[in-house]
Amino acid sequence: MSAPVSQVPPAHPPKISLKNVHKRFGPKVVLNGIDLEVGRGESLVVIGGSGTGKSVMLKCILGLLHPDSGSIRVDGQETTKLRARDREKLLHKFGMLFQGAALFDSLKVWENVAFGLIQGEHMPRAKAKEIAIAKMGAVGLGPEVGELFPSELSGGMQKRVGLARAIADEPEIIFFDEPTTGLDPIMADVINELIVKCVKDLGATAVTITHDMASARKIADRVAMIYQGRIIWTGHAQDIDHSGNPYVDQFVHGKADGPIKMQVRAL
Amino acid sequence: MGFLAATGRAFLVFLEATGKLGLFTIAALSHCVRPPLYPRQIMRQMIDIGYYSLPVVGLTALFTGMVLALQSYSGFSRFQAEGAIATVVALSVTRELGPVLGGLMVAGRIGASMAAEIGTMRVTEQIDALSTLSTNPFKYLVAPRLLAGLTMLPLLVLVADIIGVFGGFLVGVYRLNFNPSSYISRTWEFLEPIDVISGLVKAAVFGFVVALMGCYHGYHSRGGAQGVGTATTNAVVSASILILVWNYLITGIFFSTK
Repeated sequence: MSAPVSQVPPAHPPKISLKNVHKRFGPKVVLNGIDLEVGRGESLVVIGGSGTGKSVMLKCILGLLHPDSGSIRVDGQETTKLRARDREKLLHKFGMLFQGAALFDSLKVWENVAFGLIQGEHMPRAKAKEIAIAKMGAVGLGPEVGELFPSELSGGMQKRVGLARAIADEPEIIFFDEPTTGLDPIMADVINELIVKCVKDLGATAVTITHDMASARKIADRVAMIYQGRIIWTGHAQDIDHSGNPYVDQFVHGKADGPIKMQVRAL
Repeated sequence: MGFLAATGRAFLVFLEATGKLGLFTIAALSHCVRPPLYPRQIMRQMIDIGYYSLPVVGLTALFTGMVLALQSYSGFSRFQAEGAIATVVALSVTRELGPVLGGLMVAGRIGASMAAEIGTMRVTEQIDALSTLSTNPFKYLVAPRLLAGLTMLPLLVLVADIIGVFGGFLVGVYRLNFNPSSYISRTWEFLEPIDVISGLVKAAVFGFVVALMGCYHGYHSRGGAQGVGTATTNAVVSASILILVWNYLITGIFFSTK
């Protein structure tokens, strides 16, 4: 863990900042002192292998998991000790696209997209439906899809609905958890382009976690690499091929040989 | 030393589980009384628990009443006390068998489906998605189910009481050749409001317990299909046992003076 950490100072005061965040589950240390800043309007992609703590980091920022120690600030506001009610208020700023889309399977597609508007903001159903259909249009889904149930959609369409739901109440910050996992390369690229477009249209701050380098290159302004519960490198997206960091090099080029040893037991 | 360590570990696990359940219950209850409530969700659960459980609870009550009449006839005829059959059926059904058997049937039907539904929502991240959409999962998922369980099971048991007594009546009149009007008057003669009320109080507690166990085990399920399966089993087993325990405790509270 002696890899050099190169910090690129963000241009604006950070939208999200994590300082020395630790989280463990029983004996297993997942986050081991995360330091990370995300600037306003920036699109940060966090890359890293499976089980390195990417998802846990996002869930700590959202407050779905509580970090054991460290500080997480959103717009300068400390969030780790927020009470439930203030936490709900804070979550209005966030939208999230989950890895498996996490659509509510008991609700129709349009009700899924409008969920935050109806339940969170108490908008009348008719008006929320109009907005939902507009948002579905923005991700390339026709209004007829709105009457279907999520189980009737393909994986790529579910991701689009998840994206429409994440942007429906126009959040300031959007999280994308493995947005392209399980999609074919063409559909993956469609989703990537939709993400770039939606984030730009909203002027939102975006944090994406992925291990798909094609996706990272497309979406990222800045890239951070997480390894063994720490951020070991951050830099601009165009610098990723000559990071000078052996860990990043190994990951970007997808090599089995290198400083990162997969924990696979020899047969 | 190994034995002591194992005992201590089991005890700690027990304390942890009890504490977790206690905190869960308090949080859930506090969300039941604080707005906003979700009337649409409450209605859906009420229909699911109240209306769709009617056939199974009704059938259970019908056969319970019928078999009670048969059994008590074969017993009571040994000392010429056949006249007490109607009273025995009415008291047993309203005080004990209606609420307990109804509660157990609902535990199997509703407790399991709640645990499976909420458990699946947990492992597919739908519960996390609720939070990110500014919706408290306790308010949206747990509170409606608890409220529906608490209110619907007494209604179900009231219907079950009537059907159970009617089952006894059918056997009494058509199989054992009682006079219908004297059977009915016998039923009313010794039945007091407290018999029915204690049964309904039991039903409310059982409904709450079933919903609580379904929600609790579903909410804390982990690790995919197997985790959901475990949660479902735990929900039904723990709800059934708690129903039997609470049944004894409530009976003790209501009828301990004699």
